[in-house]
Amino acid sequence: MSKPRVAIFDFACCEGCQLQIVNIEEEIIDLVGAVDVVEWREAMSEQSHEYDIAIIEGSITRPEDEHRVQIIRTRAKILIALGACATIGGVNKMKNNFDLNEVKRCVYGQDAGMPHLATTTTRAVHEVVDVDYKIHGCPIEGEEFKRIIRDLLLGKTPFVPNYPVCVECKERENVCRYEYNEICLGPIIRAGCGAPCPTAQWRCFGCRGLVDNPNVDAAQEVMEQYNLTLDDLKQKMVLFNSK
Amino acid sequence: MSKNININVHHVTRIEGHGNIVVNVTDGTIEKCQWQVPEAPRFFEAMVRGRRYDDIQTIVSRICGICSISHSLVATRAVEDALKLEVSEQTDRVRHLLHFSELLQSHVLHVGYLVAPDLFGEKSVVPLIPKATDAVKTIIKAHRVANQMSAILGGRITHPVTLRPGGMTRLPTEEQLRAIKSELEAIVPDLVTICEVVLSVADQLPNFTRETEYVSLTQTHPRYMESLNAYSFYHGDITSTDCNGDGPVPPSRWERVANEYVSPQSTAKWTKWHRDSYAACALARFNNQAEKISPLGKKVAGMFGLEKGCCNPYMNSVAQLAECAHVVETSLEFIDTLLSKGIEPETVNVTPRAGRGHAAIEAPRGILFHSYEFDKNGECVWGNCCIPTNQNHANIQHDFEKLVPEFMDEGEDALRQKMEMLVRSYDPCVSCSTHYLDIEFIK
Repeated sequence: MSKPRVAIFDFACCEGCQLQIVNIEEEIIDLVGAVDVVEWREAMSEQSHEYDIAIIEGSITRPEDEHRVQIIRTRAKILIALGACATIGGVNKMKNNFDLNEVKRCVYGQDAGMPHLATTTTRAVHEVVDVDYKIHGCPIEGEEFKRIIRDLLLGKTPFVPNYPVCVECKERENVCRYEYNEICLGPIIRAGCGAPCPTAQWRCFGCRGLVDNPNVDAAQEVMEQYNLTLDDLKQKMVLFNSK
Repeated sequence: MSKNININVHHVTRIEGHGNIVVNVTDGTIEKCQWQVPEAPRFFEAMVRGRRYDDIQTIVSRICGICSISHSLVATRAVEDALKLEVSEQTDRVRHLLHFSELLQSHVLHVGYLVAPDLFGEKSVVPLIPKATDAVKTIIKAHRVANQMSAILGGRITHPVTLRPGGMTRLPTEEQLRAIKSELEAIVPDLVTICEVVLSVADQLPNFTRETEYVSLTQTHPRYMESLNAYSFYHGDITSTDCNGDGPVPPSRWERVANEYVSPQSTAKWTKWHRDSYAACALARFNNQAEKISPLGKKVAGMFGLEKGCCNPYMNSVAQLAECAHVVETSLEFIDTLLSKGIEPETVNVTPRAGRGHAAIEAPRGILFHSYEFDKNGECVWGNCCIPTNQNHANIQHDFEKLVPEFMDEGEDALRQKMEMLVRSYDPCVSCSTHYLDIEFIK
C-alpha cells in the first residue's frame, strides 16, 4: 500500500500550529516516514495538487481564500482543521465584534480603501467547507496531533474529548482559579490540552472552544458560588470564541 | 547569457508567511523587480481595543507562533510601562531566560531547517534525514532543548502562559533551573557541531554586499552593562549604524525610528530611518554590538570570518549561529545568578490606571516595538506595534534592485534561487509583519 499523501496549508493565522508539528522534534522523522508530505510551504519547496489528507491551519478572511480552501476540499479525501483559528476562528473572530470598515480604518488609516487590504468577516474552516476532523487548541498539543494522525493512518476514528477542562485540571491537582478571584472558562471548554494554563496559574481562556453541550446549569452554580454572573463568563468568551 | 528573465515565485517557501518575488527582464532591461507581501491582514490592533490590560499579551502573542514569546514579553512590558509597574530582578532574569529559549529555538529552526537545505542543494530538510542523519538529529536535539526550556519557563512551548503584568504567574523551581542548566551545558558541543556542518557548505552563501543601515537595541540597563548581557536582546535603547555618535533613541520614541508608510505592493507597512530602508535582524545586532558578544559567540563568528560592519545579508544566518552560542552562555550565567540568590516567592498586585506605555525587544528576527494606552479601568483604548519583518521589507526590495543586475547573467534559475535565499536569510515572519500596523483609535 502506498503511503497517504499529506499536504499542509495555512490561511490567516500565526503559523504556530505548524510549528507544533515541527516541535514533535525527533518523532518528525517517524512522521515523514509514515506519510508522504507533498506540500508544506513553511518547511518545504515542493508543491502538489494531489493529496489524500489536507491539513488546514488558519481562518478564512478573504474571498480569494474562500476560493482556495474550496479547491483544496475538492482535491482532499480527508480535510483536517488544525488549531483554533481553523476550528473556531480563534482570536481572528474578535474582528467580527467591530464594523469591518471601521476596523480597516483603525489599522490602515487613509489607505484603508486600497484594494489589496480587503477583508471579510472571519470564519472558521467548517463555516466555509466540510471538515472531517478538528485538532483543537491555540496552539495544538503535539501529543494530540500525533495520536489523531496515528489513528487516521490505522483507519480508526480519532477520540476527541467532549468533557470540560476542569476534569483534566482536577487530575493535575490544581487549586481552582475561582479561588484566586479569576474568571476561568474551564467549566465549559473542551478538554484535551491537559490544562496547561491553570497549571501555570493562569485562567483558561477558551482556546479549544465549547464542549458540545456545555452544562450551563453547573456553570451558573459556579458563578453564583463566587458572586458572579453568566454574563461575566460570556465576556471572557470574547478572546477565542467570538461569533 | 539570457536576455529575458521571467521570475514569478508565488509564495516563497520555507519562510513564515506569504511573500512573492516578481522579476521581468526583457532584452537585458529590468522592467519589474518586486518583493510583494500578500499576507491576509488580521487587524490585531483593532481587536485589542476594549480588552483588559491582563488579556493583552494573550491576544497579541497570536500575532506570531514563531516569536510568540517575544510578542508576549514586549506586550507585557509595554503594559507595565503604561501602568507604572516595576518587576523584581528575579522576574527580570527569569523573563530573560524565557526570551533566550525562544531566540535559541528560532535560530536553530531557521538555520537548521529552513536555510541549510539551500546550502546542501535540497528543497527541504526531509531529503537530508537519510543523507545526513546525525547532523539532522543534532539540530533537532538543540531545538528540543530550547523548547523544553520554553515549556518550563513559559508553561508551554508556544504562546507562553506564565507572563502577567507586574510579574510571573509561576516561577521556575531551583531544581528546574538546574535541569535547564545541565541540558544547556550538554548542547554546547552540539552547537559547535552544527556550526561545523554549516561551515562545510558556507561557500554556498552568495557573495553579495550592499551597504545599508542596521538598527537594533543597545544595552543601557545599569545591571547588565558589565555582564554577558551587555549584548542586548531585551533592555536598552534603539541605535543604528547610521547614528554616527548621535545618542540612542528610547523605546518610547520608536515611531520616529520606524517612520512607517504603506506600499502598494504590500499588506504590511514599510519603514525607513536615516536612508531609504534599514535592516533589523541578527546581523544588525551583531553590527551594533559585536565586541560584546560572548566568548563562544566570538569564536563562531571567527569560524565564518564574520566581522563587525558586514553588509552581506546572507551572513545573517551566521550571525544567528553566533547568537545561539551567546544565548546559551548568557543563560548559564543567568541561571547561576538566580541559583546563588535562591528563588523567592513573589506576589503581584496591580491597580489599573490610565496611561500610555511603550517597549522594545529584540525578537529573533529583529527589533520589535509595542505601545498601548489604557483608560482608568485598565481597558485598552489604543495600540500600535511595529514588527521586525515590516522593517526589513523595504531593505529586501532594495537588495533585490542591486542583486538582479549583478546576477542576471547567471540565468533565471540561479537568479531565482539567490532571490529566494535572500528573502530566507532575513528569517522573515510575514504573518507577523501584516498583523500589527499603525493604529489610531478615535472615539
